Amino acid sequence: MLTRTIALLLAPLVAATAIPAPALAQDGPLRITISEGVIEPLPFAVPGFQAETAGAEQIAADITRVVAQDLTGTGLFREIPAASFISTPASFASPVAYPDWRAINAQALITGAVAVNGDQLTVKFRLYDVFTGAELGEGLQFTGTTGGWRRMGHKVADAVYSRITGESGYFDSRVVFVSESGPKDNRARRLAIMDYDGENRQFLTDSNSLVLAPRFSPGGDRVLYTSYESGFPRISLLDVASVGRRQITTVEGEMAFSPRFSKDGGAVIYSVSTGGNTDIYRTDLNSGAHTRLTSAPSIETSPSLSPDGSQIVFESDRSGTQQLYIMSASGGEPRRISFGEGRYGSPVWSPRGDLIAFTKQNAGRFHIGVMRTDGSEERLLTSSFLDESPTWAPNGRVLMFTRETQGASGGPQLHSVDISGRNLKPVPTGGFSSDASWGPLQR
Amino acid sequence: MNKYLTASILVGALALSACTRPDRFGGGADGLGADIAGAGAGFDQSGAIGQSGLGNPDSPEYFAEAIGDRVLFRVDQSTLTPEAMATLDGQAQWLMTNSDYLAVIEGHADEQGTREYNVALGARRANAAREYLISRGVPSSRLRTISYGKERPIATCSDASCYAQNRRAVTVIAAGALS
Repeated sequence: MLTRTIALLLAPLVAATAIPAPALAQDGPLRITISEGVIEPLPFAVPGFQAETAGAEQIAADITRVVAQDLTGTGLFREIPAASFISTPASFASPVAYPDWRAINAQALITGAVAVNGDQLTVKFRLYDVFTGAELGEGLQFTGTTGGWRRMGHKVADAVYSRITGESGYFDSRVVFVSESGPKDNRARRLAIMDYDGENRQFLTDSNSLVLAPRFSPGGDRVLYTSYESGFPRISLLDVASVGRRQITTVEGEMAFSPRFSKDGGAVIYSVSTGGNTDIYRTDLNSGAHTRLTSAPSIETSPSLSPDGSQIVFESDRSGTQQLYIMSASGGEPRRISFGEGRYGSPVWSPRGDLIAFTKQNAGRFHIGVMRTDGSEERLLTSSFLDESPTWAPNGRVLMFTRETQGASGGPQLHSVDISGRNLKPVPTGGFSSDASWGPLQR
Repeated sequence: MNKYLTASILVGALALSACTRPDRFGGGADGLGADIAGAGAGFDQSGAIGQSGLGNPDSPEYFAEAIGDRVLFRVDQSTLTPEAMATLDGQAQWLMTNSDYLAVIEGHADEQGTREYNVALGARRANAAREYLISRGVPSSRLRTISYGKERPIATCSDASCYAQNRRAVTVIAAGALS
């Protein structure tokens, strides 16, 4: 359950050290190329990590489970159950009995060991390509604190994922979201934070005032969100470690909302409504200087910057319905990029720069989709009564979004899906949840 | 819906005990309005209403319940319907008469839309109501707007009947200076 304690928010320092390989490490052919076709999950074996100190057995077993769950949770890997194992390594240093792993068709083998000294935790692992009979990359060792044991498992899984797919990982990351409770016509909303897999959930605000759409800073240390704490919608900035918060001084207007950080974290782009007209502005957080980026009589909102910070994708109904547009980060004439049937909103630029995720509303259904930045190759990944508000995993391969069920007892639940449309599943949040913002990989 | 249920129970209770508790509605129970007429068939409603807060035409309760504090909008629209204009005419007249009061106009959207767009759409609706009231002579300094987007539905079903109630601008009367 969510608790108000913030001890775990003080992330333990995790240091990674390469373990000298017993033999020359070399890249084998073990590889998953993430493509749009249906793939057969890659079978892997992960014998329980060895406990190298007395009393470390439980934490070693728990970390092993995190590694396995991270990998199988991608839909790209399949764990071979331990009951099938012919042999298990006697120690972390033991030579690998490749024939025993080939016989059960394990293509990847992950071995590991865990040592606990006081509150210090050391986890090391090696990854083997069973069919070429070689280690894939070097062994790695992570050191941190016992309180951060789940992060150690995520670190191992990220390294394995990265070596096999060639992509960076996303498991050692956190998500800020809105935790919702109560009946539909009197819903309480609080900002909350959790690991990407729904673990370690903690509240960041109380439920006294309405909050909307939190957004992580590029470094994951701060959160921008819309708060009604003053009685009217205003933009607030929250420090994750201290949970201290302050209201941002925006352009004068009746309402300010839909904030996002600039790529350097030093400015905020957001919408202001005045006299029924909504436009996009930028405010420098240090100098307080404001820049108006759009000036049309229509609704312009949901701005999101390209990874290089040079362009902004946003939504506008200047054509009569909600559509997606791209303009320079300094404003100017935008170009429309969405031309399919229906309405498009809440665009988010991929951290890889290649795609824009969006919400599409058409013929009474909602979809999460992606398109290239010129609007081509639109693909819808989901379909339901109400899907909205996509956010990208730090590696640009997975999206998290809000799926709301209908009716008086309906409510929102975070889901994730990969950009091929596979592996659609709810994210466990212990109650109603909406408006996720997926933070960066932690250091 | 619970509010309406409560309202009809109150109407019933009041009809039975009107002599002893004439001011039962004086505390400002909301959600009454048009529902009083339909809720209490068989009760002597005229007596009940006559002795409640509705009897004082200068009260915020009268404004909310007799004049009507809300106007409804068509799907994805912020233009005022003739019915909405008629309601706002009554609101303007009341606000001109009761010049000590200020008002915050709350704009709302139904759930069929994305969150941030709906905040902007609610702002448009609130502003449409505000502009109309100003055009009828209410000083702009007494009118403020806020949008709740789709975050504060009053009807919770997921079909057209509930959506129609949720696409609204509600004029909330407040005493004292607007901060």
